[in-house]
Amino acid sequence: MTTISQNEITPDDIMASVESLRWQVGRDFHDKLMEDIYTDATKLADRAVTRPDEKARFDLDHTIDRIVTSRIWGFPLMILMLAVVFWLTITGANYPSQFLADILIGTIYPILKEFAAAIGMPWWLDGFLIDGIYLATAWVISVMLPPMMIFFPLFTLLEDFGYLPRVAFNLDNAYRKAGAHGKQSLSMMMGFGCNAAGVISTRVIDSPRERLIAIITNNFALCNGRWPTQILIATLFIGVLVPPYLAGIVSALAVVSIAVLGVFISFAISWGLSRSVLRGEVSTFSLELPPYRPPQVLQTIYTSIIDRTLPVLWRAILFAIPAGAVIWLVSNIQIDGTSLAEYIIDALNPIGIILGLNGVILLAYIVAIPANEIVVPTILMLTVLVTGSSGGEGAGVMFELDSLMDTKAILTAGGWTLLTAVCVMLFSLIHNPCSTTIYTIYKETGSKRWTALASLLPLLLGFIVTFFVAQIWRLLFPA
Amino acid sequence: MKDEKVMTSPTTTNAPATSGCASCPAHNPGNLLKLGIDMTDWDYVVALAGNPNTGKSTVFNALTGLRQHTGNWPGKTVARAEGGFSYADNRYKLVDLPGTYSLLSTSLDEEVARDFILFGQPDVTIIVVDATRLERNLNLTLQVLEITDRAVVCLNLMDEAKRRGLTVNERRLARDLGVPVVPAIARQKEGIPALLKAIHEVATGETVCKPHRIKSGSSAIKNAIDELSAQIESAFPNVPNARWVALRLLDGDQRIAEAVQSGALGNLSSQEEDAIQDLAIQLEAR
Repeated sequence: MTTISQNEITPDDIMASVESLRWQVGRDFHDKLMEDIYTDATKLADRAVTRPDEKARFDLDHTIDRIVTSRIWGFPLMILMLAVVFWLTITGANYPSQFLADILIGTIYPILKEFAAAIGMPWWLDGFLIDGIYLATAWVISVMLPPMMIFFPLFTLLEDFGYLPRVAFNLDNAYRKAGAHGKQSLSMMMGFGCNAAGVISTRVIDSPRERLIAIITNNFALCNGRWPTQILIATLFIGVLVPPYLAGIVSALAVVSIAVLGVFISFAISWGLSRSVLRGEVSTFSLELPPYRPPQVLQTIYTSIIDRTLPVLWRAILFAIPAGAVIWLVSNIQIDGTSLAEYIIDALNPIGIILGLNGVILLAYIVAIPANEIVVPTILMLTVLVTGSSGGEGAGVMFELDSLMDTKAILTAGGWTLLTAVCVMLFSLIHNPCSTTIYTIYKETGSKRWTALASLLPLLLGFIVTFFVAQIWRLLFPA
Repeated sequence: MKDEKVMTSPTTTNAPATSGCASCPAHNPGNLLKLGIDMTDWDYVVALAGNPNTGKSTVFNALTGLRQHTGNWPGKTVARAEGGFSYADNRYKLVDLPGTYSLLSTSLDEEVARDFILFGQPDVTIIVVDATRLERNLNLTLQVLEITDRAVVCLNLMDEAKRRGLTVNERRLARDLGVPVVPAIARQKEGIPALLKAIHEVATGETVCKPHRIKSGSSAIKNAIDELSAQIESAFPNVPNARWVALRLLDGDQRIAEAVQSGALGNLSSQEEDAIQDLAIQLEAR
């Protein structure tokens, strides 16, 4: 009996020896261990690597880094780089957009309508399927695909080249000063692609406090779904304020300002959170600047289309289908001769006006909670409904949009002014995250309270910002 | 499935030879069959570890034919990515772990990587190393070699090392580390055939590694580790890396302590497959 108990070592025995041995090895065991590892690694590396004897050559990487991360040039260069990317996107996307609209809406749409009439499809089915679902999808494709085909490859090229970590490096200090983790700059960079991905990428942050700050403020990184909205509204309402040869660059600068504003808001909110509900120490970390690598252009274009453009487009279409159906339904279900949509819009209008927006826009944002991508198409369809300025297609139907200026004509008919455009751009930047992101936040934090805060705080802030902008604007420029 | 996973036998070729040329070892390097996300009936599990931004995802894509997005910045892969490939009649499941500088601290990405190498017990662990930053990368390499005997070092970014005038003596490094070292330029798929061969040889037991162990300067530490690992070996005879478990316990690692106390440490090695499944589910839930 005794021999067995002597031979058999139980987990408790092990834990007991651990306790006593930990006293023996001393409290600095971890440090000693790290030191041993470093000593070994240095020795092994020295044995294996032969360095050139000559004096350090001219180091191109280092020179580029000194410029792009310099105190003086870092930020201006960053803004310039973004502006060039948007300028290329805005000027390049016009023609293919028009081309796609011509095919999908100008050619295929009438064929579908004729076909429906030929087989004697009832009007409500024809309206629901073709005017609702098909048109919404076609609109999403023709408006979103061209800018995405240009923007995403360009952005991915910058990423592959190694520029994004430099942006993170530039922003790192600011985030630390705001009481957040420097790595938050990395998750913000991911958020510029997709906020849900940005929220997941906060896993690189060890401290739960700083991770929560990064999750809550990720929404202020303008995402894929919102870039096209910003680009379109800026082109329509801000680019036209200046002579045509300046229009592209001015629209691009407007979009860049919104993106930069988003970064500043994320500083401000991080600062506020780290001094209120999420107080605590700031951790330090080292950010490794990877070497610049010549981007592999063809592969980058391929992966950016496969990994970014197509998923985003697919998601937009997926949500545009039910949204198109919902829009058509609320426009055609009538109570006492007035459609359901008009009731809702009338109810939302007073709130919308105070915020420099209108009822249509607010309803569009409600319909677009699943995907920011469909905000503009929804606004257009609803505006057509309310103003009745349709091409004779009936309620809830988008008519042919031959050019961007037709789009503008619809919006102007819906009461849009420059103020509306500015407020929509601001609200698009500062409002609740899309439902996918909200769900991701819930999965990452595992807390309903933090999820609610992360969803409602931006919404509230969006209301506050647009409210003040509208009030001040109206004081300065009384109509 | 369990019987297929006899690690010591090089003759485990149960997979039906349907692919003809593609699986014939004479047809090198064409005997790599990229299986993408098809990971059914794998014979060996291979983990891909390394510092951030050393090209792990590029190696992953080169082996599996998948196009996981690779970014030129650290922290791109935070969760695990999995894919499959087939080489010389064996089917491999490849798991891309998050890039980490160490396996000793407690952040989530490091824990995912550490847990997989320790509890998932992959048949081979590839450590992707940046040839231009060998010293820093070896810190992680040495830690991985403490956990597992079966590893292959992929000395990546050799082109950049050359550009900087660095010469890396991979034979000496291989001798010092006690595991195969394969120089590579993963972006150009250079060195991938050699890497596959090394993986195959370590997986089948043709190559037996004698990995470098961290030498401690202090005799108190050495004795403590020896005493504790002896106890762990006798309590959990299936655990192949008692020394690492001892190191972690002395360092006060709560998670490892729990695994010892609950006896989970022993079960993991005998019910390897279930453990991997459980772990996958656990990690998924995060």
